[in-house]
Amino acid sequence: MRITTVRRISQIFFFGLFVWFCIVTTIGERFWQIRNWPVNWFLQLDPLVALGTVLSTQKFYWSLHCALGTIVLTIIFGRYFCGWLCPFGSIHHFVGYLGNLNKKVADRIRLNRYRKAQCIKYFILVFLLGMAAFPSLASSLQTGLLDPIPLVTRSVNLVLLPILDRSSYLTSVGTRYYELGWLILAVFAVAVLSNLVIPRFYCRFVCPLGAFFGVISRFSIWRIGRNKPKCIDCKLCEKACEGGCEPSGSIKIAECVLCFNCRQDCVHDMISYQTVPSLAGEVQADVSRRGFVLSLASGVLAVPAIRLSGRVASNYYNKAVRPPGALAEEEFLKRCLKCGQCMRVCPTNVIQPAGMEGGLEGLWTPVLNNRIGSSGCQLNCVACGQVCPTSAIRPITLDEKKGVGEFAEQGPVKIGTAFVDRNRCLPWAMNKPCIVCQENCPVSPKAIYTEDIFVTVRDGLVTVKKVTNQTIELEQSIPSGKFGTGDYYVLGEDGYQGKISENTESTIELTSADALTELLLPGSKIEIQVRLQRPCVDIEKCIGCGVCEHECPVSGKRAIRVSAEGETRSADRRLLLRG
Amino acid sequence: MTNAGEKNLGRRQLLVRGAKAAVSIAVAGALAYSMYDREGPKREAEKIKLVSLPDFSVPGRDEQTLAIVAGEDRAKTAAKAVELLGGIERFVSPGDVVAIKPNIAFASPSILGATTHPDVISAIVRLCYEKGRAKKVIVTDNPINDPASCFTISGIGKAAAAAGADVVMPKEGLFQYTTLEGGKLIVNWPVYYGPLEEADKLIGIAPVKDHHRSGASMTMKNWYGLLGGRRNIFHQDINTIIAELAMLVRPTLVILDGTVTMMTNGPTGGSISDLKKTNAMIASCDMVAADAFGSSLLGLEPSDLPYLALAEKAGVGTADYESLKPIRASVT
Repeated sequence: MRITTVRRISQIFFFGLFVWFCIVTTIGERFWQIRNWPVNWFLQLDPLVALGTVLSTQKFYWSLHCALGTIVLTIIFGRYFCGWLCPFGSIHHFVGYLGNLNKKVADRIRLNRYRKAQCIKYFILVFLLGMAAFPSLASSLQTGLLDPIPLVTRSVNLVLLPILDRSSYLTSVGTRYYELGWLILAVFAVAVLSNLVIPRFYCRFVCPLGAFFGVISRFSIWRIGRNKPKCIDCKLCEKACEGGCEPSGSIKIAECVLCFNCRQDCVHDMISYQTVPSLAGEVQADVSRRGFVLSLASGVLAVPAIRLSGRVASNYYNKAVRPPGALAEEEFLKRCLKCGQCMRVCPTNVIQPAGMEGGLEGLWTPVLNNRIGSSGCQLNCVACGQVCPTSAIRPITLDEKKGVGEFAEQGPVKIGTAFVDRNRCLPWAMNKPCIVCQENCPVSPKAIYTEDIFVTVRDGLVTVKKVTNQTIELEQSIPSGKFGTGDYYVLGEDGYQGKISENTESTIELTSADALTELLLPGSKIEIQVRLQRPCVDIEKCIGCGVCEHECPVSGKRAIRVSAEGETRSADRRLLLRG
Repeated sequence: MTNAGEKNLGRRQLLVRGAKAAVSIAVAGALAYSMYDREGPKREAEKIKLVSLPDFSVPGRDEQTLAIVAGEDRAKTAAKAVELLGGIERFVSPGDVVAIKPNIAFASPSILGATTHPDVISAIVRLCYEKGRAKKVIVTDNPINDPASCFTISGIGKAAAAAGADVVMPKEGLFQYTTLEGGKLIVNWPVYYGPLEEADKLIGIAPVKDHHRSGASMTMKNWYGLLGGRRNIFHQDINTIIAELAMLVRPTLVILDGTVTMMTNGPTGGSISDLKKTNAMIASCDMVAADAFGSSLLGLEPSDLPYLALAEKAGVGTADYESLKPIRASVT
């Protein structure tokens, strides 16, 4: 079998595996649901994930150890990851292939020539690592914006699968929503469509992971190269060169993605995969010292510059409620890849990619939006932390989340606090009974309790005409049938209170008749009152899960809303004096 | 006579072009005519097709309307209670499709009592298949919390499937609009009609729970789960909506599981300490009577639950359950 055929099989296999892992990142017990599938495998193989978090946290998180294997294999074989395994690379490869099907050989050779601008990706890599590398100054992990594995994971998880599943509901019960999905799609689409201009545009010019592999592939044992110093210079080997590395001449070895098309296309077998450098010469990654220093310096300074906003300090955005188990904001930003795994696995769809809520550096990091999804953050669920590849959301247990068992002393994990908006709440602002929030509060005892109060309804002061048995006749007319719902009462002048069972335009019927004729005299005034239960939040009990906000019948801006104050992950946002 | 590029058209070309033009004009005209809208959009949306829920009830029998069985083993007490009313054969005919509507509102484990206990569900599903010779049993609900999580965490999905039932999750297409005749609240409102459409019989199975707004959540409140749309607005008039639901839904049988009663913090519960052992299983053809008895498990009087009076007035049943001469038994 041809080596290029083997490569294609490998690409198809790993692409399929990647999509499969995205699909199975779904809560459930069926074979196509999460169970024990290694859904983070591609992210764990990605050395840029490992390196980024190592620089930002100065710890090598255990679950990322596979990345060492990738580095070792790259040192032995070169950039096999890009040409054989990377699912994003395979998409570019395929789209680039389609885009060039009808082009002439000469045009293709021209398209696949090496371009000076291919060095941009190294500067992007240095810039992004610079942002992460100086925790003492301020560090932020932003590699995930452009790192192909988080990028493609995010795009498939949050955009492509939800669109494909929109009407079939194969992987979810209802439609999945992702705020800002359009922006994720836009980035993905631009990256993919750029292949129509230059094949593997993203890989050649942008990809920071490719740049990283390019740098370490200089040490690789085997490499592509000419096995003869002279050739007829037909340049056919560059017809389908995926990396744009010019194997016909002095090969730009850092750009070679090991597609093996050159070896296939050389009619004289002058190109081989060998342990010696190309006999036509070899050129290393084109990174100027000035460019390196500039991009490193801008990366290092970018984070403190962004932080001038105070978004990670006292000026934090209170609506950015993080999932349960999320680390304190500074630590969180050192680990979050924006890969969207937590957002995909969340059974209620409440975890959303942030816009600017977390500041510029918080783009696409997970925040909760209780107006989206099926029911706030579910009490009996810790899926997001269990799936997070870098432990930006710690893998907490249910016991820890609820603060029971060995965690009883620490108490539950609070992700925020619910605030009743008394200007919008039906019982507070409009004197209508409701308390859906109280009903749905999942903690025991409930964090929402009610203040019970009787309020005289509009035009509710009326005069008694006559009392017979348990019926009161009135001088005035009242809306017929309105007060018989079990929520309305009459209050007499001397404090007598009776419950209304029904009413007509001129009479009120009470549920009991005990000595009514003596208690309410003709000519006396009575007030028609509604019994209201007004919701109040007990901040000692509230965990910020947002079920109340999700269920609030005031559908636009909810009358009870969760805000990040009181979250246990950051001591400086606490609200409680004690507890 | 004419060459390409010259101005003059040949006769043949003229005819072909003329025909093409005529067809284009005709098609455009026909399309425009077929879609022509003289009036423009109206204030009200297009009239929605309304469905009405079938009457699932079976003919009543004197002194076999309400059964109350004491005991701890739900499978046994539930079977006994049904037996006392004449056995499942009275309610399910061979070949019937039976829909079962438990309370699966919350993603909470069965031990916390916020949802119908899976043991009752599997007992009734098995009865329907084995003695009732039902063709198919459907177990379904439209929960408050995330549906998939509710079915899984409550244990109901697994128990129902193990007993051979079809577990149906709510999806958009399963809701249809309905209007309750004489109703004030259920007007053009989406209900979870899909699973009931093919059903011949409907059995409601609910736990006994405290409910701060309405006083108690039992078999009548259980039908709230059939409402779709933004049903939370009905909490403004909770008693009327519960009474209207009881008018709308005419079940074959309701089962009220008072083996354990959620005394406080309802309807979500969340702690064992919210529960009390009350060891009662009720089967009834009269929901009002079942709930009136159930209120005693919560330490309430039927008069504490205004919706019972409203439903009684609407002729759904009687809150004076003793008048039905309930059959009592106990199993150990």
